[in-house]
Amino acid sequence: MKPLSITVNGKDYELQVKASATLLEILREDLGLTGTKEGCSVGECGACTVLMDGQAVNACLILAAEAGDKEVTTIEGLADNQQLNPIQEAFVEIGGLQCGFCTPAMILSAKALLDKTPNPTDEEIRKGLEGNFCRCTGYTKIIESVKAAAHKMRG
Amino acid sequence: MEKYAVIGKRVPRIDGKEKVLGQAKYAADYALPGMLWCKVARSPLPHARILNIDTSRAEALPGVKAVITAKDFGGWTWGFMATTRDEPPLATGKVRYLYEAVAAVAAIDEDIAEEASDLIKVDYEELPGVFDPEEAIKEGAPVIHAYRPNNVSVEYHWNFGAVEKAFARSHIVREDRFETGKVVTGFLEPPASLAYYDPSGSITVWPAKQSPYFHYRHLAACFNLPLNRVRVIQPFIGGGFGGTKNDSVAGDFCVVMLSKKTGKPVKYIYAMDEVLTTCRRRHNMVLYNKMGMTKDGILTAVETRVIANGGAYTAIGPLTMYLAGSGNTLPFKLPNFKYDAWRAFTNNPVSAAMRGHGFTHTRFACDTQMGMMAEELGIDPVEIRMRNAIENPKPGEEYRTVNGIGIKTCGLKEAMETAAEDTLWADRDKGPKRAGPVSYGVGISGTSYQGGARQLGHQSCGAIVRICEDGTVNLLTGATDCGQGSDTVLSMIAAEELGVRYEDVSVKRVDTAYTPVDPGSYGSRVTLLAGQATQLAARDAKNQLLEAGARAWKVKPEDIEIRNGSVTMKTSPDKRVSFEKLAKIACYEGSGAVVLGRGHSAYGLEAIDFNAGTGNGGTSYSFTAQTVRLGVDMETGKVDVTDFFIAHDAGVPLHPVSVESQNQGGAVQGLSQTIYEQFIMEKGRTHNMTLLDYKMPRSTDVPDIKVTDIITDDPDGPFGAKEASEGSIVSTPPAVVNALRDATGVWFKELPVTPEKIVKALKEKGKWLK
Repeated sequence: MKPLSITVNGKDYELQVKASATLLEILREDLGLTGTKEGCSVGECGACTVLMDGQAVNACLILAAEAGDKEVTTIEGLADNQQLNPIQEAFVEIGGLQCGFCTPAMILSAKALLDKTPNPTDEEIRKGLEGNFCRCTGYTKIIESVKAAAHKMRG
Repeated sequence: MEKYAVIGKRVPRIDGKEKVLGQAKYAADYALPGMLWCKVARSPLPHARILNIDTSRAEALPGVKAVITAKDFGGWTWGFMATTRDEPPLATGKVRYLYEAVAAVAAIDEDIAEEASDLIKVDYEELPGVFDPEEAIKEGAPVIHAYRPNNVSVEYHWNFGAVEKAFARSHIVREDRFETGKVVTGFLEPPASLAYYDPSGSITVWPAKQSPYFHYRHLAACFNLPLNRVRVIQPFIGGGFGGTKNDSVAGDFCVVMLSKKTGKPVKYIYAMDEVLTTCRRRHNMVLYNKMGMTKDGILTAVETRVIANGGAYTAIGPLTMYLAGSGNTLPFKLPNFKYDAWRAFTNNPVSAAMRGHGFTHTRFACDTQMGMMAEELGIDPVEIRMRNAIENPKPGEEYRTVNGIGIKTCGLKEAMETAAEDTLWADRDKGPKRAGPVSYGVGISGTSYQGGARQLGHQSCGAIVRICEDGTVNLLTGATDCGQGSDTVLSMIAAEELGVRYEDVSVKRVDTAYTPVDPGSYGSRVTLLAGQATQLAARDAKNQLLEAGARAWKVKPEDIEIRNGSVTMKTSPDKRVSFEKLAKIACYEGSGAVVLGRGHSAYGLEAIDFNAGTGNGGTSYSFTAQTVRLGVDMETGKVDVTDFFIAHDAGVPLHPVSVESQNQGGAVQGLSQTIYEQFIMEKGRTHNMTLLDYKMPRSTDVPDIKVTDIITDDPDGPFGAKEASEGSIVSTPPAVVNALRDATGVWFKELPVTPEKIVKALKEKGKWLK
């Protein structure tokens, strides 16, 4: 076990973790932040996407130790005291979700995209979400949700 | 005033907020104090006799609390029918597919459990295997189950009308071999279960199930407990699509047995490679299809011979083979039909239900073949479908197919006309046919799917509507929303029927200790049957409220009207009270009252006969016309599908957002099994056993999709609804194959149509671009 200092959703934690522990494991098991999902465990499905210093990453591929001095944001850190972030709002309004298993990750990938590209084209949205599988929606309403969120965020 | 206050509105999903906040808990998100972790030891051989299992080294590993093998289950097996219960939770005497579960351990953490499962030593005597379904049913093939020495797990031979005579009189007759692929359902949430066997003799589980009451019955039978001691608490479900999450799988039984042995809660989460190698998958079917037509393109007869790759156990196979045959008489008028089907046992993972169950195979074959014959006869692809389409019956009338399927509404002709008028089809000759190496094509299909699957009383749905004293409502149903949006739709139905606002209805997940029994989410049945139960329960509660109001206000119940949260008197419409006020009156009347409405689904039952092939397994039937535009790179064979247009007859779309989303999602899943996905199998081994290698479509791989509703208002659905969840997975494969023909000049008859197959076919035709 090794000591680890980590900042998640603006809170600092001091943990003891196995050297082999992934960021995904400590988020889910040690911090109880189960909004981050485990799908394929090989960095393909994107269900475990979190933001690390604003970059969307697959938490299953990141060793906890690598996240040590980074700012990590999970889905639990997006809303402000149950007040939905505009991306979350758009996903609810448009219906950009079905089973919801990919949704937290999809929203975080959308956030990483919109933070860099506030007015994306459809192609840029598709590209920005390319790392996140959704088996339910066929992506149509997800793309519409991201467009609507971009519109909201530009005010 | 609009007809409905809630139905047909684009309300936000009832579970939307929980899901976007990351607060929706799935099975793997649950934990209990003192919980142990389960791992399963699996067979390294696809077919072998088990000579001995030595668990001593696993048991001796510190941290291991229990190890179980087949003997702990005492020979118990489960399956779809009493005569086909051939599957044990852990392999008994023999393994029949690679990685079949043989033993399981419970340990204090996942790593120890994993290590212990590797320490279980099993001695096997390897047996010759058989992997191809046509080989498996030949004389002399290795026998997989002693009770079926010919390896035929299911066999049907149906004959309606006079097929031979009809072929003899036909202007043209065609015979083709088609094949559908080996694909996975593809839910993102791996199955998981957390179980606690209370030593006083009751089970509580939190499993990822789209049909929790099947699992409840399985656990009661397996552990010999009465049903009221089996409590299945339903987490959120991360996608289902049939098969695995409709059934129980090895890990589900192992966690309960290990909890019984240790007295501790036990949790198991399938890894994705276990999903891809051991969970239920769609049947791969070989179809020999023979079709006859007059010179005007009118169907005279169809004869379909199907050999299905069933895998190692029967599971739900009898229904799969029934549906594949039964659906062959839709959506076109077919006077003569013959069906011969064999489901073969093979040493492969088990095949079972998947979205578009059964229908997708035979509709792919028949719709494609109809396109081929239209071409031979020089008839337009829309025209031939219009000539053969079942007409929309007049209100009160019903069309019966030759095998007894009853159609009260049919929007196929309107859907075909709508699709043909849309620019995708209408302007198909206006754009360039070719740009560089890319050849463009447009295709069309017309299909049908069965909704509201019903057989007997054990498949009835129930609902309870509880009126709270403040005018809010709890809806209790046994139905499972595994993503399709049924909790939203059922809440809308309750709100509309009661006359309350949608946001005043609350629905919780299934808990078998409290919610009424329900068969679950399959066969596009939830909106229709749980929907009807909900509507009847809401009506029952409303009647109680009206009677209480009538007593308090000294009027007749029928003089009171409730809509959108407010109550008015028909006699003096300007007088208005809130629904809350009426609820209080009803709840506090006299010494107090409990206002509970109850209902169960009751659409007429018609027994289906698997062996005769007759019956009416659906409450109603949806119809779909779909067009597709795509481009094929004539050098690499790569296909880029750019547009889908779907005209779908869902009766009346109750929640348009969900109807669209289901159509879109089903179409992409259908596209994927047409051109992208397949298991690469060799002697029972799945070579692509991770999502890195088994490719599912990403946001960049899918077309723009437009969905148009065809309104037919079916008499047998709540507020006129029919199914919307599976139609498009049936319509997509033939439409895409039709567009590929347009682009390449080749009819592809074997799915998936990969770039390799395209290049090979283009080479054979001398059309390949070097």
